[in-house]
Amino acid sequence: MIEGITILPGLDKAGSKERFEKLTLIAGETVSIVGPTGSGKTALISDIELLAQGDTSTKRRILINGEVPAEEVRYNPALKPIAMITQNTKCFTDLSTEEFLHIHAKARKIVDKKIILDTIELANKFTGEKINKETRVTVLSGGQTRSLLIADAILIGAAPVILLDEIENAGIFKQEVIDIIQSTSKIIIFVTHDPVIALLTKKRIIMENGAVKKVLCQNEFETKAAENLLELDKRVGFIREELRAGNEITKELISVSFA
Amino acid sequence: MKLLVIAGPPSAGKTSLTKQIIKRFKDELRVAFLKIDVVKAYEDIELSREFQIMTRKIYSGDLCPDHAGVMVLGDAVEWAESKAADLFIVESAGLCLRCSPYLNQGLGVVVLSSMAGIHTPEKMGAMVSLADIAVVTKIDLISQAEREVLIQKIKDVHPNVILMETNALQGTSLHRLYELISHSEDIDKDNLYLKGNPPIGTCTICVGKKEIGWKHHFGVVKKLDGQIAEYLYRGE
Repeated sequence: MIEGITILPGLDKAGSKERFEKLTLIAGETVSIVGPTGSGKTALISDIELLAQGDTSTKRRILINGEVPAEEVRYNPALKPIAMITQNTKCFTDLSTEEFLHIHAKARKIVDKKIILDTIELANKFTGEKINKETRVTVLSGGQTRSLLIADAILIGAAPVILLDEIENAGIFKQEVIDIIQSTSKIIIFVTHDPVIALLTKKRIIMENGAVKKVLCQNEFETKAAENLLELDKRVGFIREELRAGNEITKELISVSFA
Repeated sequence: MKLLVIAGPPSAGKTSLTKQIIKRFKDELRVAFLKIDVVKAYEDIELSREFQIMTRKIYSGDLCPDHAGVMVLGDAVEWAESKAADLFIVESAGLCLRCSPYLNQGLGVVVLSSMAGIHTPEKMGAMVSLADIAVVTKIDLISQAEREVLIQKIKDVHPNVILMETNALQGTSLHRLYELISHSEDIDKDNLYLKGNPPIGTCTICVGKKEIGWKHHFGVVKKLDGQIAEYLYRGE
């Protein structure tokens, strides 16, 4: 059981110690990590994913339930409590989607074969372009790859901690992803440039120059703002899908969307 | 003197890993380094310039590189000991994948790139199955799920290998490797043996006969179809 993960400070890009004592994220909490490109967002979630013990470039340390995780937890995928979706939108493994998920399920010591088709079905909720079980993962589009890896993280990774690196960039239905993920008691960490995702999370970690600069908690006003933005986002999304489908944007369409 | 034999295909990240190991140990151990390659290698110059350690290289040229490794390793261990090295690192270019350069003492490390194909661990044969430690590199370039799939494939080939993943350019997550090196025992140089079986003895191909087809050769011959002799070794 993971009740919380704790981040202990490391060094910023100039080599100075980060100015927080410790940062604990608890089960059921959604967290976003924001900051300019190169500010250290991806490095922070990589530290969490690797359960760093002062042995990454940032020198941070990560505790699980307040304790240093056992070696075995760090190195055995079957025991690893963390699933991460990176910014990669390409798979290099020359296997069909079914074979790929099969081997991953084996690595995670899952015996129920049903999970493979369930994962593909879930992935297809996140993407407009359907993935077949025979499709080789090397030819999946960026959006399909992301969708598959997110579904894989939720069902096969089945980890209590999920790290998502800029999911907004991949042409997937992010609202569906957020809805499914938020209904769990997992710790979900989004690295994001998306204002909707940033405002919908309970905690917001702000990065600068490789270090955690500050941590903000969601307030009532921001929750309202997020709801408005979400509405706007859906309308933009509607126009986007029309454009992607090759349709023309008419006056009527605009008045429906932005009335 | 501790001995570390590092093997793996070209561009897997052997030298990047070696650099991280040297960086970690150079202040507490006297490090010596030998590179075995076929045509060209620059690691000896690079490493001695960067870390001021003792380095050597040997080109196998027309000789099989693993064969050359076996031949020169005795002298190389003498050389490293004569220089009072505490840690001797041997980096070998794994090429034909028939053999592995690991010895019965010290640590054998196979380096595999996470960008390598999914069947690479099986294809690499003894280089994976006889290693003590497998280090998967370039993990920042692929998804976590894909990394786990590759690791599962390595475990299928060698269930007891100690696995670790790293971004060797940054040297992430290598504490465990450093611990294993620190705790590895000194070698007894008069009792060093190859872990794997060497290939079958000399035949007409080994001595340079170029004709194609088994009819032109004697010694150990193998047809396209049909069994080879029962007593012949068929890999690990």
